[in-house]
Amino acid sequence: MRRRHVLRHSPHPYQGRGAASRPRPAPSPLPGPARCSQRREDGAGSGAAAGGGAGSAMSFLIDSAIMVTSQVLFFGFGWLFFMRKLFKDYEVRQYVVQVIFSVTFAFSCTMFELIIFEILGVLNSSSRYFHWKLNLCVILLILVFMVPFYIGYFVVSNIRLLHRQKLLFACVLWLTFMYFFWKLGDPFPILSPKHGILSIEQLISRVGVIGVTLMALLSGFGAVNCPYTYMSYFLRNVTDADILALERRLLQTMDMIVSKKKRIAVAHRTMFQRGEVHNKPTGFWGMIKSVTTSVAGSENLSLIQQEVDALEELSQQLFLETADLHATKERIEYSKTFQGKYFNFLGYFFSIYCVWKIFMATINIVFDRVGKTDPVTRGIEITVNYLGIQFDVKFWSQHISFILVGIIIVTSIRGLLITLTKFFYAISSSKSSNVIVLLLAQIMGMYFVSSVLLIRMSMPLEYRTIITEVLGELQFNFYHRWFDVIFLVSALSSILFLYLAHKQAPEKHMAL
Amino acid sequence: MAALDRVKVLVLGDSGVGKSSLVHLLCHNQVLGNPSWTVGCSVDVRIHDYKEGTPEEKTYYIELWDVGGSVGSATSVKSTRAVFYNSLNGIILVHDLTNKKSSQNLYRWTLEALNRDVAPTGVLVTNGDYDREQFADNQIPLLVIGTKLDQIPETKRNEVLTRTAFLAEDFNAEEINLDCTNPRYLAAGSSNAVKLSRFFDKVIEKRYFLRDGSQIPGFSERKRFGGGTLKSLHYD
Repeated sequence: MRRRHVLRHSPHPYQGRGAASRPRPAPSPLPGPARCSQRREDGAGSGAAAGGGAGSAMSFLIDSAIMVTSQVLFFGFGWLFFMRKLFKDYEVRQYVVQVIFSVTFAFSCTMFELIIFEILGVLNSSSRYFHWKLNLCVILLILVFMVPFYIGYFVVSNIRLLHRQKLLFACVLWLTFMYFFWKLGDPFPILSPKHGILSIEQLISRVGVIGVTLMALLSGFGAVNCPYTYMSYFLRNVTDADILALERRLLQTMDMIVSKKKRIAVAHRTMFQRGEVHNKPTGFWGMIKSVTTSVAGSENLSLIQQEVDALEELSQQLFLETADLHATKERIEYSKTFQGKYFNFLGYFFSIYCVWKIFMATINIVFDRVGKTDPVTRGIEITVNYLGIQFDVKFWSQHISFILVGIIIVTSIRGLLITLTKFFYAISSSKSSNVIVLLLAQIMGMYFVSSVLLIRMSMPLEYRTIITEVLGELQFNFYHRWFDVIFLVSALSSILFLYLAHKQAPEKHMAL
Repeated sequence: MAALDRVKVLVLGDSGVGKSSLVHLLCHNQVLGNPSWTVGCSVDVRIHDYKEGTPEEKTYYIELWDVGGSVGSATSVKSTRAVFYNSLNGIILVHDLTNKKSSQNLYRWTLEALNRDVAPTGVLVTNGDYDREQFADNQIPLLVIGTKLDQIPETKRNEVLTRTAFLAEDFNAEEINLDCTNPRYLAAGSSNAVKLSRFFDKVIEKRYFLRDGSQIPGFSERKRFGGGTLKSLHYD
């Protein structure tokens, strides 16, 4: 085939360097990385001259040491992130939560690290395989057993009634979770029936479904929201006069609330001083009495109270609108700066990308098409065959996939952490912060596991095999199809939602 | 009843410390049954007898403006909140005794509220650090209230109370520690009730009375006094 033809013409950079005298190993299914790792192994095991056994044990130890150091580094990063960003307004009273979060983060990042090592050919391939398996088992253990149990435990601790038997109720909750988790696998054609009950494939397939759904939802919404927020085309025009007018209305409403509350307070005080203590009717006779003797001012008061409630709702509306206007004004000012203009340009670019993605998702679903080749190989094929540029395929394919996969990993980690932080600030309170952080850790773990499932598609064939080997016989095509469906649904509903929100706002604004 | 004079007191603090429960307790002497998140600002009114029990007793309205939110919000949210900081006469700082961060954030809350207030003289304090000297001539009375006292176990109570005493000293303010779900902390005659009453009296004094004890006329002719009199009036 064409590719081999190209190879023969350009000498492979790793050929003919120090390995010429050794007998060539039998052709393995992983040509590129195996050769590189062979070389490295030869270099590293040079100290253990006595035969392959000691050499491979030594290299295994070194590899494990590298893996453990990197895991500790990721753990530290997760810890710092938790302390500085997530929990910066709360006090950490249960350290277990922080530990669980950091551990989930550390093991998820290690998975990505192993993919990168796979591409670059770092470490011995058997130790890589071992660490993959180990990592996967630990992560599944955490996601399916530990985190749900602790979520149940903290939920139960918040409810005062069940304080006595916290552990019992936590176990009950966990069992309910496991039941639903298991049931999740039924409607989806994800497994072949020959797998046993407690195999890795069973757990991973279900975790994968949940994770892929999450990814697709976030991805769909992000793809639409990103150009909407970046482009200044959608910014409503807000002047200082608008803001001042709205603020004046807000203060007027507050003044009206205050004056009505003063009347209520004065009325209560005079009644109290006159000895008519206006209690709630207690008991049977109290109720009968309240029917016959109606206090004169009380109907008036309840009317005023209703007016106050209505005004308070109005004031909340006005406050939210004012906050919205301030935010828009700030964005307008930002868009006039250099950075703002750059983001505006990016916004146009992203909107084209978003439209293209929606189009591709539709095509994939309609024509039931699953891409066989990854973008890297495809791109290289196109440049080589159609543009006639000759270059070293093996070398470049490795480096380009490394860069591409690296970018995908980094942006997805960063994007997820930012989204989680925003979400956490929005909904957490001092009581529920533990539960919410654990939920976020669960989501993060599932997200990262399914990223690994899906990233397989973006890698050239030779690097895919380790994922296939480790994760077992999953129906990968199903996950891609499922991702496309949910992505499409999410993107279209986000467009609808943003359209409605955008239309509604200027009308409210104009009603001044 | 003739219209009474009014003073405006802000109630500031992080979300979830119990400001709404506290305000409800102060104004209605009842515990708030269903606390929910405050969006924007909620106001309530308390009728206070200034110098109760003396011949100069007079009744005033005290408006308690409970401003919700987080001290680390975006600038746009802060500028929205700033509209409530106009012409304030006193500040109640609320923190959660079980959460140290809420006590630390009180410094930033004070800065936010007082920066806004210095605007009329044209001098805005732009340095973000709290410096006691900067606020040495702050004329607005402060009161520090710590909530959720019942959730502190007996063994830790001393440690917590020492810490809050330092905090109150920093602000040159009195402090009260209570549990908003229990009205007995503010029962008439208790030391907390006396401190509260003294605070409100101080607020009313600063607003309506000159140092020498004569009363400022009820409404806005304060500007006439602005030039020649004591600097205690410059925050109008």
